Amino acid sequence: MSPHSHDHAVDAHDGHEHHEHHDTFWTKYVFSQDHKMISKQFLVTAIIMAILAMVMSLIFRLQLGWPDQKFPIIEKLVGHWGKGGKLDPNFYLALVTIHGTIMVFFVLTGGLSGTFSNLLIPFQIGARDMASGFLNMLSYWFFFGSCAVMTASLFIEAGPASAGWTVYPPLSALPQAIPGSGLGMTLWLISMIMFIASALLGGINYVVTILNMRTKGMSMTRLPLTIWAFFITAILGILSFPVLVAAALLLLFDRSFGTSFYLSDIFINGAPLHHSGGSPILFQHLFWFLGHPEVYIVLLPALGLASEVISTQARKPIFGYKAMIGSMLVIAFLSFIVWGHHMFVTGMNPFLGSVFVFTTLLVAIPSAVKVFNYLATLWKANIVLSPAMLFAIGLVSFFISGGLTGIILGDSALDINLHDTYFVVAHFHIVMGSSAIFGMFAGVYHWFPRMYGRMMNKKLGYIHFWLTIVCVYGTFFPMHFVGLSGAPRRYYAYTAYEGFDAALNINALISVFAILGGLAQLIFVFNFFYSMYRGRKSVQNPWKSNTIEWTAPVEHIHGNWPGEIPTVYRWPYDYGKPNADDDFIPQTTPYSATTKSNLPGEV
Amino acid sequence: MINLLTLLTIVLALITGWRLMRVLELVRDLRDEDEHITTKDNNFNGIAFLVFLVVGFAGMIWFTIDAKKYLLPVAASKNGALTDAYLYQNFALIMVVFFITQFLLFYYAWKYQYKKDRKALFYPDNHKLEFWWTVIPAVVLMGLIVYGLKLWISITAPAPKDAMVVEVYGKQFDWTARYSGEDNKLARSNFKLITDANPLGVDSIDVTGMDDKIVNELHLPVNKTVVFKFHSRDIIHSAYFPHLRAQMNCVPGMTTEFVVEPTITTDSMRLIAHNDKFDYVLLCNKICGVAHYNMRMKLVIESEADFKKWYATQNYVFARPEVSAPATPVTVVDSTKTAEAAVTPNKVIASKK
Repeated sequence: MSPHSHDHAVDAHDGHEHHEHHDTFWTKYVFSQDHKMISKQFLVTAIIMAILAMVMSLIFRLQLGWPDQKFPIIEKLVGHWGKGGKLDPNFYLALVTIHGTIMVFFVLTGGLSGTFSNLLIPFQIGARDMASGFLNMLSYWFFFGSCAVMTASLFIEAGPASAGWTVYPPLSALPQAIPGSGLGMTLWLISMIMFIASALLGGINYVVTILNMRTKGMSMTRLPLTIWAFFITAILGILSFPVLVAAALLLLFDRSFGTSFYLSDIFINGAPLHHSGGSPILFQHLFWFLGHPEVYIVLLPALGLASEVISTQARKPIFGYKAMIGSMLVIAFLSFIVWGHHMFVTGMNPFLGSVFVFTTLLVAIPSAVKVFNYLATLWKANIVLSPAMLFAIGLVSFFISGGLTGIILGDSALDINLHDTYFVVAHFHIVMGSSAIFGMFAGVYHWFPRMYGRMMNKKLGYIHFWLTIVCVYGTFFPMHFVGLSGAPRRYYAYTAYEGFDAALNINALISVFAILGGLAQLIFVFNFFYSMYRGRKSVQNPWKSNTIEWTAPVEHIHGNWPGEIPTVYRWPYDYGKPNADDDFIPQTTPYSATTKSNLPGEV
Repeated sequence: MINLLTLLTIVLALITGWRLMRVLELVRDLRDEDEHITTKDNNFNGIAFLVFLVVGFAGMIWFTIDAKKYLLPVAASKNGALTDAYLYQNFALIMVVFFITQFLLFYYAWKYQYKKDRKALFYPDNHKLEFWWTVIPAVVLMGLIVYGLKLWISITAPAPKDAMVVEVYGKQFDWTARYSGEDNKLARSNFKLITDANPLGVDSIDVTGMDDKIVNELHLPVNKTVVFKFHSRDIIHSAYFPHLRAQMNCVPGMTTEFVVEPTITTDSMRLIAHNDKFDYVLLCNKICGVAHYNMRMKLVIESEADFKKWYATQNYVFARPEVSAPATPVTVVDSTKTAEAAVTPNKVIASKK
């Protein structure tokens, strides 16, 4: 542990928080071990990666929307991959692949969990910092490294990995099959292994911190739902990411050392390969054993953030606090036994398929409970429509829309025809992509004052929200119909043959919305960086929230609270309590101070 | 030069935006507004939610009706008709849930917006309510599971003995098909035997291959059950027949299969689809490389008689000498029994229970 670490997390009782830490630029901004700084590092890195991945999606949306046109801007952006303004079909696949990888892993896993777990866990449970500041720093730098390697892979001669973000072998194993499976794929695997190291270091830290470092009175049942969500997410990550390491390593062996874990009976480029006895399907089992929990690693933190924002801004307790925790636990458990629904048409034994249908559709029950609980929270509430609240409501809307189509895709008989069509793309971009990113936006708007001591501009926030929700629905709702018309995903163009009228006509509309939606994000980026320096100074508790991160001073100090860490006396959702003086009672207010409003049993 | 100018424009735009914001902030400071959410904000966004709800629903309904013309025509296989019906039942169900929940969500956001003199109802839980909204979805889902699995089991049931065996073979970036001939048996194949003349690597030792025929355009007789055996020689492809609502991956080193009974001929479908250029297709639906989007094969569904006529004109896998007695299987019965399993080491027969 470094001398600059939070050693007074332990001996804070004597309140000697003001002895000077001579932080240099390097220890303060770069190799910081402070959870607040690390959280900002994660957020800014994720924003940059998100912009990169979004620009990629806009490039291939141009191609899909107007396959016959030439766009000089494409050549500007991707150089010889877009010669004459026409996107190269190999690079199209590379863009699709890297867009997915960055969004799923770097933005919605690293960015979302990394930012908010780091920021909120110590603040909301009442701890001076994470259990291990050093591991936390390491977690960020592994994340940074993996982002750097992935970005670097864009610049190599043969192009980056292009076998789809799921990198199924043999395609991802054989450079003969696609140029991206050369060095690009090796870099993808290295980047991913570093990413997993980051996720594990972070996850272990989150779990340890939540279990051991809660302030006095902060029992598990008094934790805000954000913390519950981060806790369950971290456990999911710890259990599932190592399986992806195994999958990636075996793939690396197959690629570089001639093993045959995933390869067998292959004749390519005019010659048979020596591989025998492997199974490409094994990789899919391993990949989706992580891949499905991954969906909830992305989604649960967003739901946690939304729960907190919704309850606070509705000025009303979250409905069914325990049911919310229970449903998250059930979803987390089920997420481990549903991976086969990604593989209904791989030739898997149909009986096994039946089992996965059963477990998959069960996920709808806790999900439905969550939706009903959100609706019940809004019912007869007193809703402050802050930008964060708008995004939280948007999240619930997407969670419903995308979740419902999941019922169709989870049914193997229906999946036969819809598998790998645009219907799937529409489904997961709504339920996982848009929901999670809206949760992240809600989190940023809500906790920005906690991060930077300033408020984000609300008007720009409103414009950002309305443009984004319209564009998200405008992009992904029509996409269902492209899928229902039988158009497969990852097609470079739908012009080669007759019969893709839908893909041709609807895709242009989708691309218009996608580009508008992309431009709308510039408003957010501008607002974010502008407010960081010029935003209006925040008061200590701008949203009149109950949770204890708002009892710490606006200015960030080492160890979060000057003097003693506050003690917690109640759950975090005493909003709008009858007979109370105000419409919120912070967790730090003892029952003895609120005798008027106490319910039976609250002493 | 142009690049430089573009860059300059972007930088200037950013600076302008920044200064503009500053002006707005100063104006706001003069008017003494703060970042707290005002009644005006709540009002505006509440109404915006209502507008979004109404316009959104209207837009979705309009788009759905308009996009009907793009949907796949009626299913051209027996099981496809069943799954289509089930799909629309599912849609009906989720539409109901969708409209109710989205309505409540946006309606509440407008209806219960913040009023200074009002307090929210303190309503942390209600076990009875929670019980019911857990049980009702559970019961509905059980219904879906049971019905869906019934369909799934019947679709994946082993093929009847007399089903016509056809191999569909994927490689970068085209499809080939092999018919099993009069004996309805495909000869074994091995990737090591692949040559230009023998693109599927069919083993010439296996006499069941004597009558196998190889084609680049798939023809199927209507109303006859077919069992497809899928193979790939290089990477994973997915054989997707959108009009038959049939799909199965082709995996190197494995045999997968799918049973299908076409019910509508190409000619009839042309009438149904009001498109005399309509053709059934086999698409590749698993990313397989640069020409993934170009990998398809024409499928013709026709009457038994037409099929026989077409079949007679197709080439055998191994050109056979003119006039020969039909191969006598007697001497080789033993070897064919083991042939299937022997060559491809990890052969998996997909729908064998």
